[in-house]
Amino acid sequence: MSGVEYLSPGSVAEAVRALQVDGARVMAGGTDLLVQMRIGRTKPKLVVDLKRIPGIAGIREEDGAFIIGAAASGAALGEHEALRKAWPGIVEAANLIGSTQIQGRASLGGNLCNASPAADSVPALIAAGATCVIVGPNGEREVPVEAIQVGPGKTTLANGEVLLAFRLPKRAAHTGDAYLRLIPRTEMDIAVVGAGVCVTLDASGKCIAARVSVGAVAPTALLVEAAGAALVGSSLDDAALTNLEAAVAAAARPISDKRGTAEYRTKVAAVLARRAALIARDRAQKDGAKA
Amino acid sequence: MSRTVVNAVVNGEPVEFLAGGGQSLLDALRDELRLTGSKEGCGTGDCGACSVIVDGRLVCACLMLAPEAEGKRIETIEGLADNGHLHPLQHQFLEHAALQCGFCTPGLLMASKALLDRNPDPTETEVRYWLAGNICRCTGYDKVVRAVMDAAADLRQEGKSK
Repeated sequence: MSGVEYLSPGSVAEAVRALQVDGARVMAGGTDLLVQMRIGRTKPKLVVDLKRIPGIAGIREEDGAFIIGAAASGAALGEHEALRKAWPGIVEAANLIGSTQIQGRASLGGNLCNASPAADSVPALIAAGATCVIVGPNGEREVPVEAIQVGPGKTTLANGEVLLAFRLPKRAAHTGDAYLRLIPRTEMDIAVVGAGVCVTLDASGKCIAARVSVGAVAPTALLVEAAGAALVGSSLDDAALTNLEAAVAAAARPISDKRGTAEYRTKVAAVLARRAALIARDRAQKDGAKA
Repeated sequence: MSRTVVNAVVNGEPVEFLAGGGQSLLDALRDELRLTGSKEGCGTGDCGACSVIVDGRLVCACLMLAPEAEGKRIETIEGLADNGHLHPLQHQFLEHAALQCGFCTPGLLMASKALLDRNPDPTETEVRYWLAGNICRCTGYDKVVRAVMDAAADLRQEGKSK
């Protein structure tokens, strides 16, 4: 990896300027980029390390909303008690990525922008309704997480744009989220399928809002609106969950590869979405009990 | 290729070295600072043989760029023993014969230290999950896990007697 320049800008403006140079690449934790450089898949001329930009590795709470810096490590997320309590699904998803060592560096921003279809944190962020704060040469914009990935390794970020933070809305009362993934072992593997669900209940336990997202069953993580709609108005009874499964299976369009066949992935996506929905519901109910 | 001056604290000692922009921290430790205890198994963050502690966080030195070390506190295997006195983890790895070829051992020791620094009384399950990113291809993990559990007990005992 010789011939690569390294820059660690101390401000967003400096980072945006540096990234407009041909051959510049953003680095947060580096756990994907440095591997890709090592195997020669990418050959940047300049690595722009974001971690010295103030706030970019931090997590803060503002009136119940959370702002998670794009470069905050998985370990930092796991240690943030308020975040873990408010959005356990997101933290669990982030903490499933790689080993303890990887958790010390890997970030939500990198997981999203690396744009792997199997990125664990992405379905959880989409289910939670998280948005991305992006800054570029033409100013700042904020878009939903599901608007970023367009295919493996490809995003809608323009030249010079930097993902600064994720914004999680103030959570409605009686809301719970969950993320589940299937791998054939217990640790250190890439999702065969992942499913994130977030549900909001009313005081009687009826579902009034739901978002369902699945990963590794299409070129990008999918927001399955029909699956969320299948839960709304129900108490997540068996009929509603069967409809959710059907909606997820209909939306899935996986490939067959060494991790699983398309048929297997489609089946598992439906099952995981059902199980995640039930965990999210239980959390939403407890959320009510505590309030 | 331009090289930049990096100032860091390695095992408690201030150090200054020249780093290439694309050079890994592992290469800088081994080639510039001659600290060859940290090993390169895979170079892609899968095996954990290069595990070091940076500002209190366990990381793979192969997945960090050397210039990122500017201003950081780095702990490597060379700093684990105290003036020739083995750390309880090293002692228990010997007692349990928790190594064969030894290539993964520096990484396993640093990963175990990072665990016990934050959790002095881990369960066996916690030890096994924490060490999932440290791959050993000869000893297996059972003796390693027992050594870590016993070292944790030793350290708790030491803490009490102080």
